[in-house]
Amino acid sequence: MSEPLLSVSNLRVDFVTNAGRARVLDHVNLSLKTGEIVGLVGESGSGKTTLARAILGILPANAARIESGEIWFEGRDLLKSPAEIVARDVRGRRITFVPQDPFTSFNPVFSIGSQIMEIMRWKSPDARPNRRNWWQRYPRERRRADLARVLELLRIVQLPDPEAILAKYPHEVSGGQRQRLMIAMALATEARLIIADEPTTALDVTIQAQILKLLRRLTSERGVSVLFATHDLGAAHEICDRVVVMYAGQEVESAPASVFFRAPAHPYTESLLASLPSRERGIRGIPGEIPVLVDPPAGCRFHPRCGRASDACRRIRPEVSAPVPGHEVRCYHPLVRRPTEVHS
Amino acid sequence: MTGKAMAAPLLEVEGLRKYFPVRDVWGRRTGWLKALDDVSLAVREGEILGVVGESGCGKSTLGKVIMGIHAPTAGSIRFEGEDITDRRRAGKSGLRSRLQYSYQDPGASLDPRWKIGASLNEPLAIHTRLDRSERQARIGEIIRAVGLPETHLDLYPHEISGGQQRRVGLARILTLKPKLVILDEPTSGLDVSVQATVLNLFLDLKHQFGLTYVFISHDLAVVRMLCDRVAVMYLGRIVESGPIEQIFSSPRHPYTQSLLAAIPEIGGRKVTDDFWLEGEPPDPTSLPSGCRFRTRCPRAIERCAQEDPGLIDRGGGHADACLRAGES
Amino acid sequence: MQTAFYLFRRLASDRTALFGACLVLLLILTAILAPWLATHPNDVAEFHPAERLKPPSAAHFFGTDRMGSDVYSRLLFGARITITIAVIAVGTAVLIGVPIGLVAGYYRNWVGDLLMRISDIFLAVPQIVLAIAIAQSLGPSIENVILALSLTYWPFWARLVYAETTRAMNETYVEAAIALGVPAPRIMLLHILPNISSSIIVRTTIGMGGTILTAAALGFLGLGPPPPTPEWGRTIAESREFLPDAWWYATAPGVAIFLVVMGFNLLGDGLRDILDPRTRRERE
Repeated sequence: MSEPLLSVSNLRVDFVTNAGRARVLDHVNLSLKTGEIVGLVGESGSGKTTLARAILGILPANAARIESGEIWFEGRDLLKSPAEIVARDVRGRRITFVPQDPFTSFNPVFSIGSQIMEIMRWKSPDARPNRRNWWQRYPRERRRADLARVLELLRIVQLPDPEAILAKYPHEVSGGQRQRLMIAMALATEARLIIADEPTTALDVTIQAQILKLLRRLTSERGVSVLFATHDLGAAHEICDRVVVMYAGQEVESAPASVFFRAPAHPYTESLLASLPSRERGIRGIPGEIPVLVDPPAGCRFHPRCGRASDACRRIRPEVSAPVPGHEVRCYHPLVRRPTEVHS
Repeated sequence: MTGKAMAAPLLEVEGLRKYFPVRDVWGRRTGWLKALDDVSLAVREGEILGVVGESGCGKSTLGKVIMGIHAPTAGSIRFEGEDITDRRRAGKSGLRSRLQYSYQDPGASLDPRWKIGASLNEPLAIHTRLDRSERQARIGEIIRAVGLPETHLDLYPHEISGGQQRRVGLARILTLKPKLVILDEPTSGLDVSVQATVLNLFLDLKHQFGLTYVFISHDLAVVRMLCDRVAVMYLGRIVESGPIEQIFSSPRHPYTQSLLAAIPEIGGRKVTDDFWLEGEPPDPTSLPSGCRFRTRCPRAIERCAQEDPGLIDRGGGHADACLRAGES
Repeated sequence: MQTAFYLFRRLASDRTALFGACLVLLLILTAILAPWLATHPNDVAEFHPAERLKPPSAAHFFGTDRMGSDVYSRLLFGARITITIAVIAVGTAVLIGVPIGLVAGYYRNWVGDLLMRISDIFLAVPQIVLAIAIAQSLGPSIENVILALSLTYWPFWARLVYAETTRAMNETYVEAAIALGVPAPRIMLLHILPNISSSIIVRTTIGMGGTILTAAALGFLGLGPPPPTPEWGRTIAESREFLPDAWWYATAPGVAIFLVVMGFNLLGDGLRDILDPRTRRERE
C-alpha cells in the first residue's frame, strides 16, 4: 500500500458569521494517491470549496477557524508548518489551483505574459527557494528557460499562437482559452497535485468536453494528481478515478468511479444520481433543503431528508465502513446493490 | 392537445434580426454583432419549446427581443395573431398580461425593500382593474400555487430562502395569468436536487394555468426532460429544429451532433474518449462566408463556403440548415 | 418600524457613532432650550460695556465678549442660527438635487446630460468660493447665506443621486419592473428612491457638518447674518483682535463648531456602516 500523496484527517473548520458559528467542515477525512484523479462532489453548502481552500491554505483569515485536524502532504502537516514555508514551497508550486472563474485570477491591467512570468520567477522548478526577496533579480538564463517551458506548455494545452497570447490582456481571450491558460500554469511549476474548483462549470458544454479531455490526457501523462471539486456529476464521471461525496460539511461516501455511478451505497448519493434529469425516471428531487450550517442536524447531517434514517443516525455520525474494499461509506443503513444496476 | 395542431401558432417569429453596432474607442461603428440573423420559429399553444445553444448563440437575445426588451433590427413577431414587432405602436398593456418573461433568477426581480405581498400586488395594480379584495384573492391563489404559505406575504425577500424567492418571482409573473412565459436559463447554477424541484414546479404551473413555455437553456439534459420541441442555435441562427426525441436520436446538423456528443452520460461511455469538435466559435463580428459552422465542421465542402443554408424542413417538422444533411 | 429599532440597536453598539449622535442631540437640545439654559438671555441684544472681556467665572461660564455680553448665552442662541442654516440649506439642496439626479439617471437622455453638465460646472468651483461670491453680491443676511449654500450644494446631490440611480437601473428588480410595464414615476419613487435612500441619509448627515463649517466660514468673513446676531463664525471673527488675551472669546464658539461638525461626521460614518447593504443583511 503506497503512501498517499495527500491525506486530510479529522479536519474541522468553522466560519464565524453574523448569525453565529457555521460548522462548515465536520471532521472530514480525505486521501489521494499519486497520479489519482479524485472527484470531490457536493452541492452548495457541502464544504467542498472550503476543503479545497483549506488544503491550499487560503481560507479567509478573519472568518475561518481551523479547529482541529491535519493535512499531510509530501511528508509534512500543512496546518502545523510555518506559513511562509507553505506559501513559498507548497502553494503555487507543489500544489496548484485551477479556479472556477479564471478571469478574476488575472489582474486586468497587466498582460498575460507578464503575469505568468512573474509567477515563474518565484515558483518555477528552477527557482532557488531560500532567497525570496522581492528585489531579487531574475537571472536571464533562467528566465529564458522558464519562458521556453511556458511556451511549450501553451502549445500542449492547444492554445493557438502562444507568443501572441502572452502579449494579450485577460479580457481579450475567451473563457475556454483562459481555462487552458490556468491549466498550463498549474502544470508549469511541475506540481504534484492540482486542485481544481469547478473548472468547467462556467464553460459551454463543447468547450467543457475539450478541456476535460485535455486535463485527463495531461495529468495521466505526467502522473499529476487532481482533486476535482464540482457539483457537476457528468464532469466527475468523465475524468475521475475515484469520487468522494460531501453533504453539508461531512464526507459521506468514497468509491472508485465505476462503482460510484453504478452502485452507490449512501442514500444521499443515490438520491443525487436519481435527481439527474432522465427521460425514463422522470424528475425526482430530494425533499427538504440543505441545512443551515450554523445549527446543523446532529449525527449524520442528511438524516432529516433520508428515507432510511433511524435513531442512531440522528444522534451519532456513522463511522467509516467499507462494504467492499476501496468503497467507503458513512452510513448505518447503506444501500447494497448488485453492480449491474446502471444509473444513466 | 392534438386538436390544436390546426390552430394558428400562439407565437410566430419571422426573419428576426438583431444587429448590435460594434464601436471602436472613438465611437465609430466598425462592424455589426449579428446576435440574431434571420431567425424564424413558431410556438404552438400548450407546448414547451426549447431553445438551446452555447454562449453567444443568441438565445437570450431572442428571448429579450420577443419580450420587447430590445427592438429588432428586422423581421416580425406575431403573438395571438397580432403583430407586436413595434412595441410602441402595439397596445402594450394588454400584451404584458399575456406574454411574460422570467429572468434566470426570478427571485432577483423582487425589490428587496418591498414586502412580498406588495411585490405580487404591483402587476395587478398596474395592469388590471380588479378591486382590492379581488387582487387579494388572486394573490392568495398564486402564492398557494407555487407552494408557499400565505404568511409569506408579510415577509421581505431576504427573510426567505433563495429557493423560495425564486418561487415568489415566478408567482409575480403568474399573477397576470399569462399565456406564454419565456424562461431564460431558469436552472443555470442550480444544484441538481434543487433543479429537479424547480422543473417539477414549472410542470405543475403549466398544467394548473394552461401555460406555454419558451425554455431557453444551455443544459441539454434538462431540455430533453421538459420540452416537446427544440431549436438549436449557433451564432445567431437556428441550425436545427424539430420534435425533441427526433433531434436527440437522429441529429442531422453537425453542430447539433457535436453538442449532443458533448453531454456526459453517467454510467455510459466517456465523452472525452472520442470527442471531436475543436476550437471555439469564430468571432461573431466577423462571421465566415457561407455556412457559419464550416470552419469547425468535419463535413465541410467547397459549397459550404459559398452558400449560407437556411432551415429546410425535411419532413415531420424536423428541419436543419446543412447542405449535406439530405445525403445518405 | 422594526427596521428602525434594528438600526437603533446597531447604532447603540457603535461607540463612536453613539458619541456623534449625542453631540448632535446636544446641539438640538441646546437650540431648543436656549432661552432656559442661558444665564443672560437678553445678552443677545443687550450689551454691557462695563463688563467687557471678563474671563470665565461663575457668573459668566465662558466669560464676556467685547460688548460685555455673556459668551455662554450668546453661544447657546447661536446654536439656533447654526441649526436653522444647516437644516434649511441642506434640505433645499436635497430637495432640488435628488429629483434632478433621479430623472437624469432614469432617462439618460439629452435633458439629463444637460442637467449633469450644469452640475459639473457648479462642482468645478469650490463651494466656499462660490458661496462667498453669491453672499457678497447679495449682502450679509441669514437668508442669503442659506441661498448661497443651497445653490452651491444641490449639484453634489444631483451627481450623487444620478450615479446611484444609474447603478440601480442595472439591478434586476428594476429591469423586471420596467419589463412589467410599471410607469416611470412609480419606478423612480417607489423602487429606486427607497433603495438609494440609505446613501442619501448618510451623505445628508455628513453634509450637515460640512455645511455648518461653510456657514461659519461665511460668518467669519462677515458675509453671514449681521450683528448683533450671535452667529458662531462671526463671533470668532470678532474675537480675533483680542487674542490671545481673551482666549475664551474665540475658544467657546470654536470648540462648539468643532464638536458639532465632529458629531455629524461620526454619526454619518456610523450610519454608513449600519446602512451599508453588505453589512446589513444576515441571510444573503
